[in-house]
Order: sequence, then C-alpha cells, then structure tokens
Amino acid sequence: MSILIDETTRVIVQGFTGDKATFHAKEMIAYGTNIVGGVTPGKGGNRHLDRPVFNTVKEAVRATGATASIIFVPAAFCADSIMEAANAGIRLICTITDGIPAQDMMMVKRYLFRFPKERRTTLIGPNCAGIISAGKAMLGIMPGHIYSRGKVGLVTRSGTLGYEAAAQMNALGIGQTTSVGIGGDPINGSSFVDMLKLFEEDPETEAVMMIGEIGGPQEAEAAVFVKENMSKPVIGYVAGLTAPKGRRMGHAGAIISAFGDTAAEKAEIMRSAGLTVAPSPAELGSTVAAALTKRSSRKTVGVK
Amino acid sequence: MDIHEYQAKELLAGFGVAIPRGGVAYSPEQAVYRASEIGGARWAVKAQIHSGARGKAGGIKLCSSEDEVRQAAKALLGTRLVTHQTGPEGRVVHRLYVEAAVPIERELYLGLVLDRKTERIMIVAHPQGGMEIEEIAKTAPDSILREVVEPAIGMSAFQAREIAFGLGLAPAQVSRAVTTLLGAYRAFRDLDATMVEINPLVVTRDGQVLALDCKMTFDDNAMFRRPSVSELRDYAEEDPREAQAAEFGLNYVALDGDIGCIINGAGLAMTTMDMIKHAGGHPANFLDVGGGASPDRVAAAFRLVLSDSKIGAILVNIFAGINRCDWVAQGVVQAARESQLEIPLVVRLAGTNVQEGRRIIKESGLPIITADSLSEAADRVVKALNESRQSPVRSRVSGGHLGGNGQS
Repeated sequence: MSILIDETTRVIVQGFTGDKATFHAKEMIAYGTNIVGGVTPGKGGNRHLDRPVFNTVKEAVRATGATASIIFVPAAFCADSIMEAANAGIRLICTITDGIPAQDMMMVKRYLFRFPKERRTTLIGPNCAGIISAGKAMLGIMPGHIYSRGKVGLVTRSGTLGYEAAAQMNALGIGQTTSVGIGGDPINGSSFVDMLKLFEEDPETEAVMMIGEIGGPQEAEAAVFVKENMSKPVIGYVAGLTAPKGRRMGHAGAIISAFGDTAAEKAEIMRSAGLTVAPSPAELGSTVAAALTKRSSRKTVGVK
Repeated sequence: MDIHEYQAKELLAGFGVAIPRGGVAYSPEQAVYRASEIGGARWAVKAQIHSGARGKAGGIKLCSSEDEVRQAAKALLGTRLVTHQTGPEGRVVHRLYVEAAVPIERELYLGLVLDRKTERIMIVAHPQGGMEIEEIAKTAPDSILREVVEPAIGMSAFQAREIAFGLGLAPAQVSRAVTTLLGAYRAFRDLDATMVEINPLVVTRDGQVLALDCKMTFDDNAMFRRPSVSELRDYAEEDPREAQAAEFGLNYVALDGDIGCIINGAGLAMTTMDMIKHAGGHPANFLDVGGGASPDRVAAAFRLVLSDSKIGAILVNIFAGINRCDWVAQGVVQAARESQLEIPLVVRLAGTNVQEGRRIIKESGLPIITADSLSEAADRVVKALNESRQSPVRSRVSGGHLGGNGQS
C-alpha cells in the first residue's frame, strides 16, 4: 500500500502542452504513472505524448475517468485551474506552480469546502515537488530514482530537503511508502496533519518522517496531532536554525513573524509532543533507522 | 514588498481612511512649503524609512514654527537612522513626510494580517495604541480583539462595530472607526496586501478618528496584477545584492557570517546553513539557485556571493533533481576560473549525473574541495576557512594544485 496514488491512479496533466509540463509528464510516464491525457484550453482534439488533449477538465474527466490531476498552469491563472479541477470531480490535485497570490489560495481553500465531504478534493501544494509512491507512480517533479520501496512515509515542505532525506534513508537501506511535498507557501492545500492521518491509516507505513521549516503553525499542529492520534513513530526535523526574524527564506511561507515560528521553538514543540527530532540535518536517515529498530524490537518483545 | 508611511497613508485615504493633512518633502525648503500648505501651528516632520519605531530613534520631530520645520528637515535628511528593526547599519533618510500635528485624546492599535492558522484575513485591535502588538501578545494576549473575515463575503459592518465598541469608543466615534476599519479591509483585499498596520489610530480632542502612523506590506506574488502598488517600490531601502539576485531569478538573503552558500532549493539551503552552524561556522547568506541552475546562473550566484566582503570560504551544495550535476559542475568550474577565486571552495554534488559532475570538478585542475555528504561538506568548509585564516598565503587558490583537505 501507499497513500494518495499508485500505478492504477488515472491522472491528467493541466497545462499539458507547456514545456515544463511536457518534460515532467514524460518523466512521470517513464516512472509508471498512468497518465491518461491532459488539458490545455484551445488545444482540445489534439494528441500530445500519444495522449488526448482536452479543452476543459470536465471533458477530460468524462472521456478518461481521471481522478487525479497535476497542475503546471502559470501562477496568474492557477487558482482558476485548481477550482476547475475540483468542480469537475477530480479527487486529488497536485499543484507544482510556484508564486500563486496568497489571496487566490484563500479563495481556493474556501471553494474546496463548498463540496460535501464525500466528494471533496484533496489539494497538495502549491509550490511543491509533488507526490511519489515509491516504485508505483509519481505525481511530481522529483528525481524518481532516489526513492525505493519501503515502509517509511515522508512528508516535507521543501522538495530538495525531501530528496536529501530520501537519499540518507536509502544509504541505510530504508525505503519509502509514499513521499509528499506539501509546499512552501503560507496557505497550502494539505497540511502535515492531513498527511499524517493518511500515513497512520496506511497498513504498510511503519514510521513517518516529517520535515518542516520556519514560519506558520502547521508543524506545531502536527505535533499535537501526533501526540493525540498517532500509534506509529514520527521523526521530525525543522529547517532554518540560522534564519533571521522577518526575512523570507526563499519560500513565501518561510518567514519568522510570530511567536512559535522559529526552528528551535518548533523543534521543542515536537519534542515535547513525543516526536523524535533529528539532532542535525546529517542525521535524518540515521534517526529514522534508530526509530525503526526500536519499534521492531518492541514488537518482538510482544508489547502489541 | 514594503512601502513608506506616506505612501500607505495615500493608499488608505483612497479607501476612506481619515488621515491628518500632510505632504512629502525631499528638501528643507520643500518641507517648509509643505508646512505652510498644510497650515496650522504645529507639525510633525517624519523620516520616511521602511521601519517602525522611528520616534524612539529620533526620526520624528515636532515643530511649532516654519524655522523649526526647516531645522528638523536639515537634521533628518541624509542621516542614518538606526531602529531596532533596521539592524545596526540603519537606513539613510532620503524623504520626509510633513504632517499636521493633532491634539490626541486616545491612541488605539489596529492591524490586519493574513492569518496562517485560519488562512483568512484577521483584524487585530487593542485599546492601547503606540505599543508593539507582539509585546502585548506575549504579556496580555486576552486583551487583544480579533475578528476573522469570511473570504466569500468580505468584512461585515457588524464585525467592524464589534471591534469599535470593543475598543471602548463613544457612539459618536464608532461610525468613524467603522469607516476606517472597512476601508482598511478593502485596501488590504483590493491591493493584495499581507499586512496593514495603523498604530496608532487616534481619537483627537475634537472627536476625529485619524490614522497617525500606517504601514503596509504586500504579497510579492500578486504584484504582477497591482502595477500601481509595485511602482511604489523604493530600491534605496533594499540590499543592492538582493535586488541584483532577483534579476537572475536567484533568491538571496544577506546574513552576518563568513561562509558563502550556493544551494538549490529553499529547504536544502536552510538545512545546509543549519549544518554549517552545527559544524561551528557562520553562513554569510541564504542563496537558492532554483530548479534549472544553468552554468550562467551558477556564475551569477558566484559573483553575488563574492561581492560580500566578509566572505572567507564558499560552499556549493546541489541535490540535482531536474538539475544535472554535470551542468552545475561546469558552471562552478567556469565561475571559479572567471573570478580567480582566492578563498577555499567546497562542492558537494548529489543526484542526477553525479559521477559526470565529480569528474568535471576533478579534471578542472582547480583546488576545489569535494564532499559526498551534507555533514562532510559543512565540516570541510569550516575547517578550510579556519586553516586559510591561519596561513592565508598557502591556501589561496589561484594556482593549479589540488590543495585543501579531504580531496576525493
């Protein structure tokens, strides 16, 4: 098992015929993702990468039965594309686009809640690297070869830091179920808590690594959730120990502006909620390894 | 993006927020002219820099004659004003705002922020103005009034009334405060702000409700659709290196340390800086070269980092996803040659085409120190910096020998 996607998930690409989307669609197809078509308004009826192009998401869903979408549409038009997909019944949207205005995302989040719970869309991103279920399917822009099948769920804000964590795990022979980049924007689709819930329910995931960064309340909310709801070990890290107050560190959301926003404060909140926090970014993999060993030895003793 | 107080006031006034009469001045003569234009007998001459707490730093002078206005303007223009928000280097005053000084009955606090917890616009108010809201949030959080705005509806009049009455305003002032609140909200929404702060909002002795100091911050991601706001940008207020970085699509933030950093990805950049700190060093900057780091872009990043005179060593850390290590390596070699680098350079490459990248570095003949992992990279750059400080001549890197430690 894995979360969110596997090799059977039917995927469309929004902004399909653009250069970036084309490049990454090829990579995703090569990895085994079931891409069934794409959408570019005005180019409907054509074929691209040997797949049909549609004018609207609604048409694409009707013709292909797609349930997931990955969006590469430019920032100025992206909120509209997300809402179009949600309205067409797409259940999982992964938005790679960086630079969407915060108030657009506020409207998008409001819009997603207009649908009843049983048909509500899960939005991952924006400004993220996407989702990969190791060895099954990839809905994102990550280098697929650095992930391997295994039993650790990985959720990060940053894309490259997710790669670093996966590489450190792989060096120790630890694979992943699914890795999700939730993105670096101040208002994003899914939070750490949303992903932790899914990993807790996934029978194949035995431990979760979550890597946050400075700014915003999501890491602290996740720590509380772990304490109250998670049976699986969660290993944490928060990037940005050296970040000064009030300066944006690359990501729109990576800024220390309120109490509890610093890396040190967040790490302390995680620790006090019972998470194991990696002592340094060089020990992401080894801290996961130690947590897995501890868990399996507890199992053999028969605590369960 | 930040703007000046006088610009924020002009914008807010356009949405119905009442402000004292005032005008901008670039010279003492102009300041005097503004004062006579405004009329009255008392004026405030206010230094315009992108910082709060200007009053405490001596950046606001109260004047009772035109001569005092001239003297105040002379004293302020061209001086370097240091507040706790500017850092020790301070900001040079290039513009002044001359404003009618009003008799104050009460000072209040009013702020609008993009609240990340509720993911909505939140109104924050407090019956005591002039203080920093962060301090109040720590010492007396329950005394702060808060209202969250429903994005599909916008701010409602009842919410503004609740705040106005909650601030203890007399019924005669409530309707004026409501106009201010609704105006500030519409300015926030229509101009894509991320923060509007009116501190203090004052009630004058003759019963007016006026915004005495205003600050607005805008969403950089939305400036493409707000040309009238983005033209208010004042480059004199920004670090020239950061502006230069933006031209190349690089994300750069200057810091205090001496190890220059060139990294792909914001998260990995922050983490590498963490790692340098763990190894006992101090990063000089945050720099994200982004996804498609072409040799030209890497070279631009080098020039940028080297333009900081504090730099004693450079660390390049690239985890190539869509990037290719061989491409990045070419850029590093090219940049190191062009800049005739004389300080230690440590390079860690991982991900796509890593073998090819390492080969290019090795065959360049340049004394580049390589590392395989994040911790190795941080340890080596800190060590190389310390060694070069102890024997500055030997470790300089313009020759062709393979120097430094840990060469792989």
